[in-house]
Amino acid sequence: MTSGENRGRDAESGKLCEGRKGARRLTARRISAGKINQMDVDEEVCLPRLSRVAVCGGTHGNELSGVYLVRELLKLQRRPSEDDDEEPTSLLTVLSNPRAIQQGRRYTDTDLNRCFTLATLNGPTSDSPPYEILRARELNAMLGPKGGPGAVDLVCDLHNTTANMGLCFIAYSDCDWICLHIFKHLQRQMPDAPMRFVHLGMSEKESYSLDSVGKHGFAMELGPQPHGVVRSDIYVLMNAGVQHMLDWVHLFNSGAVFEGGFVDVFTLVKNIDYPRDKMTHNITAAVHSHLQDRDFCLLRPHDPLFQTFTGETLRYSGSEPLYALFINEGSYYEKGIALTLARKRRLAVPAIRAQTEEEEQARGFTSEEEE
Amino acid sequence: MGQSEPRSVSGMSLHGSTARLSEARRVAIFGGTHGNEMSGVALVNLWIKNGADIQRRGADIKPFITNPKAVEKCVRYVDTDLNRAFTHENLSASGGDEFPYEVRRAQEINRMFGPKGSPEAYDVIFDLHNTTSNMGCTLILESSKDHFNLQMMNYIKKAISPASCLVLLNEHPLLKYSTSRSVAKHPVGLEVGPQPQGVLRSNIFEAMRVILKHALDFIELFNEGMEFPPCTVEVFRVSERIDYPRDANGNIIAMVHPNLQDCDWEPLNPGDPMFQTFDGKTIPYQGSCTVYPTFINEAAYYEKQQAFMTTRRETLAASGIRKA
Repeated sequence: MTSGENRGRDAESGKLCEGRKGARRLTARRISAGKINQMDVDEEVCLPRLSRVAVCGGTHGNELSGVYLVRELLKLQRRPSEDDDEEPTSLLTVLSNPRAIQQGRRYTDTDLNRCFTLATLNGPTSDSPPYEILRARELNAMLGPKGGPGAVDLVCDLHNTTANMGLCFIAYSDCDWICLHIFKHLQRQMPDAPMRFVHLGMSEKESYSLDSVGKHGFAMELGPQPHGVVRSDIYVLMNAGVQHMLDWVHLFNSGAVFEGGFVDVFTLVKNIDYPRDKMTHNITAAVHSHLQDRDFCLLRPHDPLFQTFTGETLRYSGSEPLYALFINEGSYYEKGIALTLARKRRLAVPAIRAQTEEEEQARGFTSEEEE
Repeated sequence: MGQSEPRSVSGMSLHGSTARLSEARRVAIFGGTHGNEMSGVALVNLWIKNGADIQRRGADIKPFITNPKAVEKCVRYVDTDLNRAFTHENLSASGGDEFPYEVRRAQEINRMFGPKGSPEAYDVIFDLHNTTSNMGCTLILESSKDHFNLQMMNYIKKAISPASCLVLLNEHPLLKYSTSRSVAKHPVGLEVGPQPQGVLRSNIFEAMRVILKHALDFIELFNEGMEFPPCTVEVFRVSERIDYPRDANGNIIAMVHPNLQDCDWEPLNPGDPMFQTFDGKTIPYQGSCTVYPTFINEAAYYEKQQAFMTTRRETLAASGIRKA
């Protein structure tokens, strides 16, 4: 991990942090430059409370853990509860793509989870737009609008993968302290669960997924599970993850201070496609059996990558060892992705707490000026 | 559901304890009967391009993609399940364009490889499938009296030992269904899992390839006159289909229990955990005796109201066979 690298990313994450992180922006920027000053890590970042949280399932209609989990949450919400009046956080539970859920497909016309770019959300309406674009605009009205002051505070979008990835947080930002602290909390509460934080490594301007609609957001991705199947072990893990996340939000809103620390973050670098037939574009090899199911292993130059149908081994030709993930995700064949490669680095995360009401009011004046 | 279809067992005569059967000359290998079960699609496409590995003396072996539209879209089926479409009613229906795609396809396949039940039908059809269930390599038998198939399955099991390949017998009058392979005199289903739909796993691909190699070797040996002495074959006979517990609206309210998930072919005793509700309660199996569950949590069976199938273990006797 070179300081040159960090400086590059630092400039980017500095921009990402603007307008979102409250009074400690300068400290936050210094921390992500890799110079970890113990005092900085202990200084608290104060962030607005999370008064509206959305949990979304069925963004892909055949990723069933989230579908069933949201259905169960909806059932619980219909029951009157004594705690309702005391609960300062409102929880929205959403089945994102009802048509795809009903059909048991990932999507009907186009992948809903690629429809949340600002261009698509605000673009012109054609005569017969794909169902998912209409639905994305509905969801943006419900949970957003993206980028606006009325957007929900936190979106947690539930997904499954056929890859052996355990429980992953997938986020655009590597300095969204809310998401990173929720992740740390889950690590503490679920120490036996395989858990990783994946950073997409692209700017927020390019963000395209449902979790980018809220002020904070991440996808909670669990695997391995075949699409169209609900496995009890995966469901129980996802349910625990969501419950711990909601507990954390409650604690955060109640004024708890969460101490700083370190999180290993995997930042995506590039995708590798299958070898394909030049004429038919059909794949001509499968992920090599040595690599299959070994998500988050380090792929070194010359390690086996693919096994052709005629038995030949194809090897990784890159020069940099990288971490492999999304190995053999079923829905990525059509996107030309056999696996994704990432770099790992240890990120320093500052202590955080929620702003008090007074601090929120003070921020309200200054943020108006900034806008 | 499949009705019992008339089957001509031509050319079978008993000579002592060895049945003389006609040669197995016309053989087909079907892939893509379900368009998202990838091993069969990949193998058949490979062999269509270069059939060297499937050549055998004395037999014409034809690799064939049965549901190309479903393969193209990487879905199980376009209008209706092709592997349920080979009913007598569908195959004899006339008319055409208004029928579902798979019904028209079934009629075409019946013309090419059948007609089902006639002397002109193909001798052997292997139908390649994958399952999300942890079934390993499973051979599917449709008749307990098909001595040719029983001998083939015995041969395959011995050839891959110590690796295992189990035999599922679906002869149940109500649960049996009209498969694409049923067009042939000797239909052989090959089901390998676990593999998600739309995913191609190297190990599953290799396992299926090896099974087929042994199956074709058997056919070659048989056609060259080798005698296969009487043998016994352990099979798992389909008994019952068990659905998920559902609420009044038909929604699933429980999942396959973690103790049962992935435990295909292991004994399930009365009282053993079977389902787990979303809030963690256990629902036990309440049958009267021990059964062997299979097709546990197959994705395609949610819509067919099946969480798993129960089977009973049985030993079948196969007469000796030899080419007539």
